[in-house]
Amino acid sequence: MKKRVLAMILTTALSALTLAGCGGGGSSTTGGSAAPATSGGGTAAAGGSFKIGAIGPMTGDGAAYGLAVVNGSKLAVDEINAAGGVNGFMLEHKGEDDELNNEKSMNAYNTLKDWGMQILVGPTTSGCTIAVSDLAHEDSMFLLTPSGTAVDCVKYDNAFRVCFSDPAQGTESAKYMAEKGIGSKYAVIYDSSDPYSSGIYESFNAEAAAQGLEIVSAEAFTSDSNKDFSVQLQKAKEGGADLVFLPIYYNQASLILKQAADMDYHPVFFGCDGMDGILTVENFDTSLTEGLILMTPFSADATDDLTVNFVKKYQEQFGEVPNQFAADAYDGVYAIKAAIEKKNLTPDMSTEKICKGLMEAFPEITISGLTSSSLSWDASGEPNKEPRIFAIEGGKYIVQ
Amino acid sequence: MSFLNYLINGLSLGSVYAIIALGYTMVYGIAKMLNFAHGDIIMVGSYLVYSSMTMAGLHPVLSILIAVIGCMVLGVVTERVAYRPLRGASSSLAVLITAIGVSYLLQNLSLLIFGADPKAFTSVITWKGITLFDGALQIRGTAIVTILVGLVVLFGLQAFIRHTKSGQAMLAVAQDKGAATLCGIDVNRTIAITFAIGSSLAAVAGVLFCSTYPTITPYIGAMPGIKAFVAAVFGGIGSIPGAMIGGLTLGVIEILSRTYISSQLSDAIVFAILIVVLLVRPTGLLGKRVMEKV
Repeated sequence: MKKRVLAMILTTALSALTLAGCGGGGSSTTGGSAAPATSGGGTAAAGGSFKIGAIGPMTGDGAAYGLAVVNGSKLAVDEINAAGGVNGFMLEHKGEDDELNNEKSMNAYNTLKDWGMQILVGPTTSGCTIAVSDLAHEDSMFLLTPSGTAVDCVKYDNAFRVCFSDPAQGTESAKYMAEKGIGSKYAVIYDSSDPYSSGIYESFNAEAAAQGLEIVSAEAFTSDSNKDFSVQLQKAKEGGADLVFLPIYYNQASLILKQAADMDYHPVFFGCDGMDGILTVENFDTSLTEGLILMTPFSADATDDLTVNFVKKYQEQFGEVPNQFAADAYDGVYAIKAAIEKKNLTPDMSTEKICKGLMEAFPEITISGLTSSSLSWDASGEPNKEPRIFAIEGGKYIVQ
Repeated sequence: MSFLNYLINGLSLGSVYAIIALGYTMVYGIAKMLNFAHGDIIMVGSYLVYSSMTMAGLHPVLSILIAVIGCMVLGVVTERVAYRPLRGASSSLAVLITAIGVSYLLQNLSLLIFGADPKAFTSVITWKGITLFDGALQIRGTAIVTILVGLVVLFGLQAFIRHTKSGQAMLAVAQDKGAATLCGIDVNRTIAITFAIGSSLAAVAGVLFCSTYPTITPYIGAMPGIKAFVAAVFGGIGSIPGAMIGGLTLGVIEILSRTYISSQLSDAIVFAILIVVLLVRPTGLLGKRVMEKV
């Protein structure tokens, strides 16, 4: 009997609390989404606000990328809000973790949609972007991936990207090697279980053949065996390669550099944007990276005002030096701002209408951002910009 | 000559698998449970060495000692808290699931403490290794040390089990828990010792693994853990020399198939061979066929 009384009291108390919660909700702004935003500053602006979601791996293997995308886009949102918003409307921002996993990325998308997302900046990686773009296409949600490089990331007309595609990276890399005459025999080590890596490899291979570059060994590994590279390096060494092309992420690249040094093999290593971050590996012997060449759109060491300002703010807020993923995401948010202004979009429009407006606006805008002084798009979703090449000297990126 | 190079690389990789497999096989042989958290104890060991050596600046030997003792304590504590209460449970699945839970707990805890960014491990083995035949054959210092440590651990364990009271008690518990209790053997204590030894071996394996492949993330234990489990089954789970042979064979097959067949299919080949071995010898290479008495 006593127990039942206690239960009654608890139930009453709970329902009272719930009701109180509802009552409180009534005092907040417009209907629909009463929950206060996680970030984004002044949310209760007169005409509501645009809700921008960001997705990327914030924990796990690619955390450095996902955190950068979420933080970089948040920084842009905060700046825009502080400067008065977009056409007087504020931006709201929320980041979700996908742990570099396709299913979790789709869950993250749905979580953000429940939150009321109208525009998506993300996902961060290719596999996740392809998975989420199906959902975004069905929902007519505008998708701008800062760093999804696989061709299929922008196969739908509502999907755009800030970075170069994989084929563009592979092609540009081979062209650069041929033009500058670096290396005479080439080896490639790539991750066949990753569409990013194998995508770059394929286009590199095609362009290398066209340019007449001699590839002596092209060896793959998979995500289940990405620790031991003795075989791949040994084959490159035996083939006499003096340039090893590494279209892979920096985690594995750091192991490759170490293992190559251990076997006394010192070719020129050449990476793409996945290599960016290699200097941030804690306790990593950066002397191993001396002479490494990489094609990446952003360097925190650049001295133009925009970059210096961005790096300073980013460091103050997140305690880290931003990488290109942060810069891509930052530019992406500013591109969205420009597109919204171009078509005078408002937050009370339906998601489809906003998506349609942005799709029309993107091929018409040109912005000056961190990753390029003149960044524009064509209707297929691909950006138009010059590739930027850096070499690492003394632990710093030096523009080539 | 390059074949020899590959073979030595395979033996070195195999020795790491073997040391991990020894921990698996001991725990299975004595406690009759698969400790799926074993791989993650390797990860904890690596982080302990990393934090005491690189972050606190202690001497490498002292750091390894800290890691070994830390993992030993961790092993005993997880056994006491998570596994022992379930030992009498009607289904042996309960303790298996708990082990998977412990595995995730350890991964997420280190994710919380150390973050997801990879950390570069300073190799405790600074010896460059030896070069023979004018550089045609190169044996890395880490490979030699790993193989030697593997052998020392193997013979040390064998001697421990044959010549000490605790070792004999382990054999007895492995054979029949009930009868061992009747003989006055403290089963719980014996199993705790097994976990202590298995986990300190995991710490050693972690140090060797990270000296060879010097990037630490909270997930580094997972794949070597699975491979070592395969090695233990391959050699005959419960058998200590079996774990050693299984580990070495697995490492060599992995590297050679990557070299001569396909760098993408090496894992598939390893597991295909496992299936063939188990079809021919269901108890593994050195596993004993135990007659069930009714």
